[in-house]
Formats: sequence, structure tokens, C-alpha cells
Amino acid sequence: MDARILDELRGIVDGRGLISSPEELHTYECDGLTNFRVMPRAVLLPASTEQVQKIVRVCHRERIPFVARGSGTGLSGGALPVENGIVIGLARMNRILEVDFPNARAVVEPGVINLDVTARILYNEFFYAPDPSSQSICSIGGNVAENSGGAHCLKYGFTTTHVLGLEVVLPDGSLVHFGGKTLDTPGYDLAGVFVGSEGTLGIATKIILRIVKRPECVRTLLAAFLSTNEAGAAVSGIIAAGMLPAAIEMMDNLAIQAAEAAVHANYPDCGALLLVELDGPLAEVETLMVHVNEICRSHGASEIRVAKSDAERALVWKGRKAAFAAMGRISPNYIVQDGVIPRTALPKVMSEIVRLSQEAGLRVANVFHAGDGNLHPLVLYDRGVSGQEEAAEILSGNILELCIAAGGSITGEHGVGEDKKKMMSKMFAEPDLLTMQRVRGAFDPLQLSNPTKIFPTPRLCGEKPGEYSPHPLESAGLAERF
Amino acid sequence: MDAATQSQSTTLHSSFRYKLISFLGPDHVHAAAPADAVAGIQPKVIVSPGNERELAEVLRLSNEAGLAVIPRGGATKLGWGNPPSRADLVLSTARLNEITEHAWADLTVSIEAGCTLQKMQETLAQHGQRLALDPLWPEKATVGGVLSANDSGALRLRFGALRDLIIGVTLALPDGTLASSGGKVVKNVAGYDLPKLATGAFGTLGVISRAVFRLHPLPHLSRSFSVATATAEETRRFIHAVQNSKLAHTALQARFEGGAAPEVDILFEGTEAGLDAQEAHLRELTQTAGVTKASPDIWNARQSLWSSLKPESTALAKFTVLPAEIEKSMETIAKSARARHLEWKGVVQATGIGWLRLEGGAKDLHVSLQELREQFERGTGSLLVLHRPAAMPSIDTWGDAGDVLPLMKAVKQQLDPKNTLNPGRFVGGI
Repeated sequence: MDARILDELRGIVDGRGLISSPEELHTYECDGLTNFRVMPRAVLLPASTEQVQKIVRVCHRERIPFVARGSGTGLSGGALPVENGIVIGLARMNRILEVDFPNARAVVEPGVINLDVTARILYNEFFYAPDPSSQSICSIGGNVAENSGGAHCLKYGFTTTHVLGLEVVLPDGSLVHFGGKTLDTPGYDLAGVFVGSEGTLGIATKIILRIVKRPECVRTLLAAFLSTNEAGAAVSGIIAAGMLPAAIEMMDNLAIQAAEAAVHANYPDCGALLLVELDGPLAEVETLMVHVNEICRSHGASEIRVAKSDAERALVWKGRKAAFAAMGRISPNYIVQDGVIPRTALPKVMSEIVRLSQEAGLRVANVFHAGDGNLHPLVLYDRGVSGQEEAAEILSGNILELCIAAGGSITGEHGVGEDKKKMMSKMFAEPDLLTMQRVRGAFDPLQLSNPTKIFPTPRLCGEKPGEYSPHPLESAGLAERF
Repeated sequence: MDAATQSQSTTLHSSFRYKLISFLGPDHVHAAAPADAVAGIQPKVIVSPGNERELAEVLRLSNEAGLAVIPRGGATKLGWGNPPSRADLVLSTARLNEITEHAWADLTVSIEAGCTLQKMQETLAQHGQRLALDPLWPEKATVGGVLSANDSGALRLRFGALRDLIIGVTLALPDGTLASSGGKVVKNVAGYDLPKLATGAFGTLGVISRAVFRLHPLPHLSRSFSVATATAEETRRFIHAVQNSKLAHTALQARFEGGAAPEVDILFEGTEAGLDAQEAHLRELTQTAGVTKASPDIWNARQSLWSSLKPESTALAKFTVLPAEIEKSMETIAKSARARHLEWKGVVQATGIGWLRLEGGAKDLHVSLQELREQFERGTGSLLVLHRPAAMPSIDTWGDAGDVLPLMKAVKQQLDPKNTLNPGRFVGGI
């Protein structure tokens, strides 16, 4: 990129908004998936929609690829810069523009931190439902790109359920509005297409969110089982009884050990732990909690605890939320996966994972959003031992293939990004992917917006999928995640 | 059209028809009857493929021949949308009516587009489940049609719209491509969310051949109540109080009829103990206003707006407003109706989506609909004209799509470049 263009970009964002020195650019060379690294040519930190538009117009004119970035907590390399491209960081656009309680809407800029939305509306008994566990640092713009989930999406839905409208800068710099504060705006549901498109269709500069009234009460139950099979059967029992809990989470023994070592959540030592959360009107929740208790007992739960106070609940969740980072306590390195299976395939897939793990001679810890079949197997290895890293990558890929074979998905909430694009052609046939590309062609005919993500391309030299290491914010104790 | 062109088009049509018959057999290719007209436009032939490969092939052949294709399910909402600019072939999904898989333990169903909602719900109910959606005319309406028209009723407040329930789709594109996206699991972010793109696209991008939905359990018990409110302002206050309470109601709607006192209906689902507690809570909230137990039939109020419809003097519209402006929008409607001497009736859900029936002179209906659309659009809402008397001056079905129309046209261009599917029926001439 020549100096003339850099000057032009600097002129758009004022001095503070342009980063081009190599030492400062290092912060932006990866996101939460740290094994992929690409140095961007420059990072722009616009402060307004107008500045985003001006930057994108320059990129369009000069054919410079760009990657939008929120807090950089993504786990699939979605915010990885592209060669010879720029990064557009939205962190300075962090205002909550409007809170409209009578209509249960909030209008925010993309750099607003997820948890800050709830913090702002809690006094009036409202909350913002999507809760990725990086929610104390991840941005709404990033959530929109990834269609982030979280533990409570079982009942409340994903980011896409809660985004009613978007102001978007298209890859040619034009400004458009999808959806709105009212429902069913005339025309195609482009907000639905945009959410989860991982930054490949443009940059959201304003987001209209649906906010939700807090339930009358929340109850969290912890049940200890012999193995994931019994715990899984209890989950099926709860669903078959016609209940829709706010969350159902499962951890296996290795994950429990790691969580205990890290945060002392005082979990029972058992083969599998189930965490069931119900919310709603008090009388309804208490009645259903009795059922959940019975179902867990009848599936062999050895110990059942119900957290009654907010403090007890927080402790129960703390161990679960710390599970990924806690792996560092029991293994030098690990890969986080994000496969999804139909819930009923759990026993079969689990026994396959055990078999694959034994064959590879590597341990796999399992943390699940059990209610919706979203698995987070953590493949543990030691980079210092020759061959283990490669074996871990192969094992991790094999687990995703198990998910596909079971009729599931390669990603439930972390996104495809850079990391899993090579798996896309195992999940989708060529006409499926080409059709998605045609839709992309309508938004971004020149393929400038995050051009190298989601869709499979020939494997590049030196590409190393998978390994997880903590985000700097996580290491510093400022964040935790599922 | 002069005689020469007409004869040429008939010849083209005959040879094409022969091609279809040799492909599908004579039983599945029929000449169109006057009753098959689409918003007043007469198509030539009705084609009923037997599976999605055949469907995609018929579509490809038609596209190649430059013919306009109108996809059709149960034809319950075929009259919605602008009249097509061209209509050659009606592509019926009637024979694609299988429930491919009800994975009841996983709470999902895979289903062909031509299956009726009622048949699907009956099958799901055998395992105590449902698609949590209450569309119009479920005994005739098909999965593909309900999706394409994005129809939803009172359950939307709790369970969301079709966009929130669909998790996978297979689309036949005009070039013959069969493309699937989404999948069979509820939580899935791999690739673009094309199930949402197909939902509400009015069959202008592709023909839905299959869909996968997430399901919900049938409720243990349900109870409905009606609350008589004296004025629109009282209606607003009551709806706001309910929405702002800790009640976990499943549906909430207001019914308005001319100058009569509006009624508000509320639905609870759950266990006996839970319902008792919610009922007590509701009675506390309403205080003076009378709460009466209601029959579940009140949830048909939306559909009953179409009852004994006089096509030549009735207009029907769907409108969207901000949830807090329901009462204001009702006053707007009442005022416009009064000025034009129109009878009116409306049902509005607490989501801000409403349905309106207006009766009167064709010219007055036209003026009133235009006026209402203008006012709703000014408040970020919209008004869709679903039915109008033939004698009424023409009015666009959809209204303003905003600054995103060029992008919508680009999406259309990518998937249906020859404008084969439902030409001219959708927003902005798409």
C-alpha cells in the first residue's frame, strides 16, 4: 500500500485512528485463535459510520481487502487479517444510542460490549439474552458477524433471534438499512442473511436489538452422574417430558478436574456433571424443578444440588465458564472444537470420541451445551512431544467428521472463519456452497470484505489449523469463555 | 399481441408442453383453468413434479425456454402479492408432501414443501410435539407456501416467526441447481443462513422443495382469557402492563371492531400450578377490568377476518407498527375509516403485527389504504395489501422497501437472472 493511500486513510480517522507501526500492528495479527497470524498493512479505528464508509470507499476504489474486527475474541480466525489488507477495528464505536423499554428495543454501535447492554438495562428488569461466555469483552458487532450463541440460547435463541435491524456499510461503501424496529419489513430478510456471515458481506455500524424482560425466578440444578451416557439419558428425559430449560450443560470427568483445579467450583467428583437451569414464573419453575430432580434420580444421579441464591448460581456457572481456560491446568496445549450433533447421537458419538482418543493416545476433555447437542471437545496434547501436535490436529478433524456423519454441523457458535473452511465441503455439496457464493456476489462482487474466510480454498503452505492458546485478555484474567 | 406473435407463442407452448409430458407423464401436466388465475393473470399450464429432482428439472427447462413460473402450494395465499408481469407455468408442489423424518427425540422435522401444516401437526402431535406456529388455513396451507409468505399468528410472541423455527432448507433455483443450507441441528453457524433468505421471499428466488424445523413440545395445559377494555388507551395500558410484568404468556392480541370496546386476549401454557399462579397474577394486574375465561377459538380471530368475504367491497391488509403504538395505530385506522365511511375490524398481536379488514366503496378503500400505509411507514412500520376489490385502483402490495432495494434486486439477479420466478410480484417490481 503506498504512502499516498495511507495518508488518505489517516485523514479520514484523525491521528488516533490509524495504526501502522509494526510493533502496534502485532496486537491485530490474530484473534482468539492464535495459531493463525497475518500482519495487516494498517489498522483503522473509525469513530463514526461516515468514517467507516469513507475507509471502505477507498478500499473499494483501490481494491484493498479489509477485515472488520470487534474485540478479537473469536475462536475460528474470523478476524484474521488478510495479506495486503487492512483491519477496520470498531472498538471506538461503542455507544448505546437508544434504549426503548416500551418497545423492548436497544440501538447500539458495533463496538459495544455484550455485557454492557444488559448492565445498562438491568435496572428496569430487562436483559440482552445472547450470552457467549466471552460476553464481558466481546462486542455486539462481533456477535452479529458470528451469530454468537451461549449457554442460554437453548431457550432464548441466538444473536440472529435478537437482531431486528442493521445499518450496514456495504463493500462498495454505500449505506443500507436491513429490517428495523418493527417486524417483517417488506422485502428479503437480509438481516437474517447478514447475521452470521462472518464479516464477508459488509460492516454493521448500527444494530437494533431486541431486549427481554427478566424472568420472575431462576433455579439452577447440579447433578452428578457415573458417565456421560447416564447424564445424556437424563437430558433426553427432560426434553421428552416437554420442558424447555433455559440451559442444559454437561462436563465430563476431565473437564470437571480442570475446572476444579482452576476455580474450585466445589463440583462433585464424578463421571459427568449436568447443570440444568430453569427460569420463568416461580410456581411453574418450582413444579418443573421437582420433575427435573426426579428425572435425574431415575437416571442414576448420585448427588443433586439446587443453587438457590444468586451467589450459589454464580459459583456453579463459574466452573463451567472457566472450562476452556482451565485446560491449561491439566495440559500444556489443547485444541477447542465446536461440533454439533443431534442430541440423541450423543452416546454413539461419545464412545467414538473415546475410541479415537485411545487410538491417538491423546486425552479429550468434553464440555457440552447438552440441550442443543453442541459439543466442545478439547483435545489435549503437548507440543514438546514430537508428533503430538499433528496427532491432535488429526484427532480434532476426525471428531468433526463424526459430527457431520451423525447429521450435525462443524460449528455451533464459533464460526467457520479461517479454521474450519476446509471442512465446509465435507458438510455441504458444491451446489450448496456455490449458491452461498452467489448471494455473496450480490453484496460484494469484488470480494473485498473478509475475502478469504468461510469458503474452502486450496490449502496454503504452512497453514496450521487448530491449536488454542489463551487470548491475552484471558491470560490477564480479564475474560473467560466457554 | 398481434396474431402472428400469438400463434408463435402457442406453438412454443405446445412443444414445451410435449417436452413436459414426456418427462413427467400426462397425468402431471394439465392445461390451466380460469380458476388457476394468479391475481387475475391466466397461466397456461399446471405442472406437478413428483420429487425435487423433477421439480428442479421442470424449473430449469422453463427457465431455459424463457417461461415465467409461478410456484404453488395450497394456493391459499396465491392472491397475495402483485399480479405477475408474466405467468406461463404453475409449478405445483402438491406431490411433494412427505414428512421425511420426524426426529422426535431431537425435536426436529424434515418435511417436503407440499405437505400441509395440518398433516404435519397431526404427525408431530403423535409424539406430543408441534411446530410452534399458527398460520392461516392450516388444513390447506403448505410448508412451502407458509414459508414463502412468512405467515405467522399469535404464537409468534413466544416462539418467534418462521425465521426462528426453520433450521434448514433446500431450494430449487431456476438454473436447475438444488441447494441446501442450514442443516438438521438447531444450533449451527456453518455457512450463510439461506433458510432465512427463502423465508418471506415469496417464491422469487427459488422454489422451496424441503425444509427442516425445530419443534416444541405441546403444552401440558393451556388457558385463554379475554379482558374487555373500554377504550383504546385502556387497551394500550393493559398490554403494556402485561408485557412489563413477570407473566410468561404465550400469546397476547387485541381485537378491535369499528367503534366497539376493544378486547384483549391472553394465552398461558404450562402446568396446573403454574397456570393457577399466572391466572391470579393476571387478575391482580387487571383489577377493575373484567377477566373472563375464553374459548381457544378466540385465537382464530385473525383468520375470521376473511370470513364471508365480499371480494368486491372488502380489502384486507397486514400491517406492522411498534408494539407500544398499537392503540395509536388503531386510532389512525378508526379515523381513516370514519372519514371514508368504511366498516372495519382488526386483530393486532402484542408484537406489533396486525391484520385489518376494511369494507366499503372501492375508491374509498383505495384512499384509506394509501393513507394508512403512508402513516405507518412514517412511523417505521408497513402495510401490505393482501386483498383488494378488482374494481379498486391498483396499489402496490408491499410498500416501500427502503434504501436496501438495489441490494435486494442484486440478490434476485444472482439467483434468478432471467426473472423466471414470480416476475413482478414482490417488492419494488422484483
